[in-house]
Amino acid sequence: MKLIEREKMTELYRGEAKEEIERSLRRWEQEVLPEWLSRMPEREKEFVTLSGVPLNRLYTPLDLKDHDYMQKLGFPGEYPFTRGIHATMYRARIWTMRMFSGYGGPEETNERLKMLIRAGETGLSLAFDNPTLVGVDPDDPLAEGSVGIVGVSVPTLLDMEVIFRDINLGEVTTNMTINPPAPVLLSFYLAVAEKQGVPYDKIGGTTQNDPLKEFIAQKTYVFPPEAAVKIAVDVMEWSVKNLPKWNPVSISGYHIREAGATAVQELSFTLADGIEYVRQLMARGMDVDEFAPRLSFFFDSHINFFEEIAKFRAARRMWAKIMKEWFGAKKPRSMWMRFHVQTAGCSLYPQQPWINIVRTAIEALAAVLGGCQSLHTNSFDEPFRVPSEFAAKIALRTQQIIAYETGVADVVDPLGGSYFVEWLTDEIEERAWKYIDKIEKMGGMLEAVKKGFPQREVEEAAYKFQKEVEEGKRIIVGVNAFREEGEEDVRRVPLLEFNQEEVERRQVERVRRVRASRDQERWKRALDELERAAERGENVMPYVLNAVKAHATLGEIMATLKRVYGTYAEPPYF
Amino acid sequence: MQSRRTSRIRIKVLVAKVGLDGHDRGAKVVARALRDAGFEVVYTGLRQTIDQVVAAAIQEDVDIIGINQHEGSHIHIARKLMQKLKEAGAEDIAVVMGGSIPLVDVEPLKALGVKEVFLPGTPIAEIVRRLEEIVKGGQIASEAEA
Amino acid sequence: MSNPLDLIERAKKGDKRALGRLLTLLEEISAENAWVLERLSSESGRAHVIGITGMPGSGKSTLISRLIRAFRDKGYKVAVITIDPTSPISSGSIMGDRVRMQEHATDAGVFIRSVTNRGILGGVSLAALAMIEAFDVMGYDKIIVETVGVGQSETDIMNVADTIVVLTMPGAGDDVQALKAGVFEIGDIYVVNKSDRPDAVRTYEYMLFVAEKEALGRGGSWKPLVIKTSAALGLGIRELAEAIERHLSYVRESGEKERRLLARRAHLMKLVAVRALLGALEEVMREEGESVSKVAKDMRGFYDEAMRIVKLTGKRVS
Repeated sequence: MKLIEREKMTELYRGEAKEEIERSLRRWEQEVLPEWLSRMPEREKEFVTLSGVPLNRLYTPLDLKDHDYMQKLGFPGEYPFTRGIHATMYRARIWTMRMFSGYGGPEETNERLKMLIRAGETGLSLAFDNPTLVGVDPDDPLAEGSVGIVGVSVPTLLDMEVIFRDINLGEVTTNMTINPPAPVLLSFYLAVAEKQGVPYDKIGGTTQNDPLKEFIAQKTYVFPPEAAVKIAVDVMEWSVKNLPKWNPVSISGYHIREAGATAVQELSFTLADGIEYVRQLMARGMDVDEFAPRLSFFFDSHINFFEEIAKFRAARRMWAKIMKEWFGAKKPRSMWMRFHVQTAGCSLYPQQPWINIVRTAIEALAAVLGGCQSLHTNSFDEPFRVPSEFAAKIALRTQQIIAYETGVADVVDPLGGSYFVEWLTDEIEERAWKYIDKIEKMGGMLEAVKKGFPQREVEEAAYKFQKEVEEGKRIIVGVNAFREEGEEDVRRVPLLEFNQEEVERRQVERVRRVRASRDQERWKRALDELERAAERGENVMPYVLNAVKAHATLGEIMATLKRVYGTYAEPPYF
Repeated sequence: MQSRRTSRIRIKVLVAKVGLDGHDRGAKVVARALRDAGFEVVYTGLRQTIDQVVAAAIQEDVDIIGINQHEGSHIHIARKLMQKLKEAGAEDIAVVMGGSIPLVDVEPLKALGVKEVFLPGTPIAEIVRRLEEIVKGGQIASEAEA
Repeated sequence: MSNPLDLIERAKKGDKRALGRLLTLLEEISAENAWVLERLSSESGRAHVIGITGMPGSGKSTLISRLIRAFRDKGYKVAVITIDPTSPISSGSIMGDRVRMQEHATDAGVFIRSVTNRGILGGVSLAALAMIEAFDVMGYDKIIVETVGVGQSETDIMNVADTIVVLTMPGAGDDVQALKAGVFEIGDIYVVNKSDRPDAVRTYEYMLFVAEKEALGRGGSWKPLVIKTSAALGLGIRELAEAIERHLSYVRESGEKERRLLARRAHLMKLVAVRALLGALEEVMREEGESVSKVAKDMRGFYDEAMRIVKLTGKRVS
């Protein structure tokens, strides 16, 4: 009884105030509204968000009837962190402007990274090509024609050394978008750091290392679900114990959203993925407060402005609750949901591509108003190619305008208290809990993924969205409305050109040179040891690092792990 | 020559993802939409080699091969695919492509023999219409030959 | 070039393009092209037809992929026919069973073909039955038919295969639904797939019991076998392939193979007849729509009306 009283202590609008507002609202609805509606009928019968949440005409304090301030919002830097994980947020430090980059071979990437450092970027980010993402070497038949296209090719330690030539790993942080081969790429990075003489406790950055979303969305899986999670958790466990500044996982909703999920699905599936990893780590005997502060997240920022802001705020509140109440975390840092945001690639279109700049700006604004820790803004040419330098620069400048010109960074959680935003935050949260509940009943996300549940949900949502666009229920400027005849724009866009065949040839040559010139005995021993360790079920991370130092290639290490763990092909979910 | 489609009522399409990219949203949405438009769709899944695509197309005797591509290696793929189809005596199977393909690459792809290129944002109704046209056009051509 | 005789000749020489086209021809058997199937059937009857069925999610495609490898290792040529359901609304379909078998697509001794059931009674379509004859003539030793993994229609496979393999998995085997569906009355070989799961033992024991019970109620001297596999990990595949071979010896020696061949062809004829009748019935129903609607109002004389439609249909097809 006493508890309930306490909980309601900071309820907004009570007693007479509430009654008065209610009376006035009824009067407005009866006396004012009808005339307006007849004179100016509304555009739609029903307005819904991109995720299908129906919206009211107007939000008032009455929509926050049971809203308890301390319970739902509190203060920034304090539980439940709805208003932000830091007390001062961007007043102290602007978010990290982290631009995804990498293409071609290591030489080109090295040039590009140095250019970005000169342009004032504060965090590096590596995109890998598809052969690297699925862990095959450039001379594998599957890699033909793909080397260096969507990111940089890194099959050997030597490649990683070239990428970071003249860049001190103690002075930058590096985000690596890598999943099944995460132990290998992290080992490459560590081996380079060792050569540079940078100690482990100075090395900062992130490996995405989130296998569950690979099955749901990104589809660069290699191992079957169980094994994939095991290996990823190996990286997390080892990293928490050895690399105090490294984020060993970036629990990613981004790809789930890009594959067609709604905001609610993105949020709930991401949290459910996180819950699975927490359980796995705890099952290895780790203390929640030991590893939880190192978990990080990655979300999409789509075009439905307020829904995205609500999603980010709900995400923080939910994760804090999960960590505190489900897993008994004690440290506030364990309850922080630190997240990176990328604007929605899937919201960009090749038609009239310049207008993508505007979409990205709006999405970036939502991410900032939602309290992100770091942000990537897409370049307008991304629907058709890896960004050109020109396009990438505009994308970065977009963030700088939001940070330094608009003033939105000057107040913490400026939309907090908006009747609409608070209502929508609650609504998204409630819908997300329902999904999480369903997944919990299936036995958690690993089981749900094995059953194909999130896969089917995402595909349904993607198909539904496409149909709505085609039926004209959703307007997309330049695509199904406000079209321009001729559409010659794209031809004028300067595209990033590089000689792919040349890069492929060079990469194939290098990997073969590495194979020919290493200490064969040491190499073979290292791979054998890795295989034995994997068979015994040990943490593979130290053995992968050892193999990397013995100049085993990415493809060789992955092949060794595949022999032990098997491979995965997705069943047809339709 | 006898028209090759005398017996088939429904259009049969192979939807394939070549190479290593995992973006299958578009391929799956299109597969579903084609099914809903009455097509028979054979879906091969991700990470197919050109040889696998050609083998599947021949064994399934499809009317059209649809390649969805999001990585930027479409020209390379088209060149190799057309060549392999020819070697297999299956150059009459129409090839269409879709995905992240820049407008500037449409003409080169068509010059290689790709029947149609669907850029992002192409309405599915349009894709269905074009595929029907392509198959019908092929039929008329083969009847004229006979 | 597309002359059926020419296609047959080329296909016999191993031309897959020609075989693919020939199969398309067989997708829609009609009075005009019935001779093609006649021609093929005059030379067929040698191959071993293996029906594989089981509930969705039991891992049929993965298991078949493993079996293909096992049979190939023994030097057999293998054909696979996968049957997918047709959407009742659009009559389109998505055929995705190849996904798990695509690694064999480029093997010269393997041919995989997907067909839809076209909504005809049961999971095994007319097209599949006709294709079996073609694969047989083209020297495929093992013809694997994978059917729609939905309960009720599975007994259909009895009319198709020389050897019937029924797949089950832990937690599903003791399902009352499966029993009701009659799936457990037809198997020559029962497979408990996903046997690496802890609850597999119980299902395995249950299937042994089912097999035992069935052996009593069934004629012939074959006692259904129960095999544990894990298709995903490649366990138990050799044992399954051997069991399938053993059953082949049995059907050959007992004369059962000949009987099943005749049953298969009888079933094919039945499906041709059913299709013709249903087609005619649809037409008659359309033409008699007015009369039928009238009766539908108060249902007086509905039975006689239905019989009248039957008679008209009979006249139409004769």
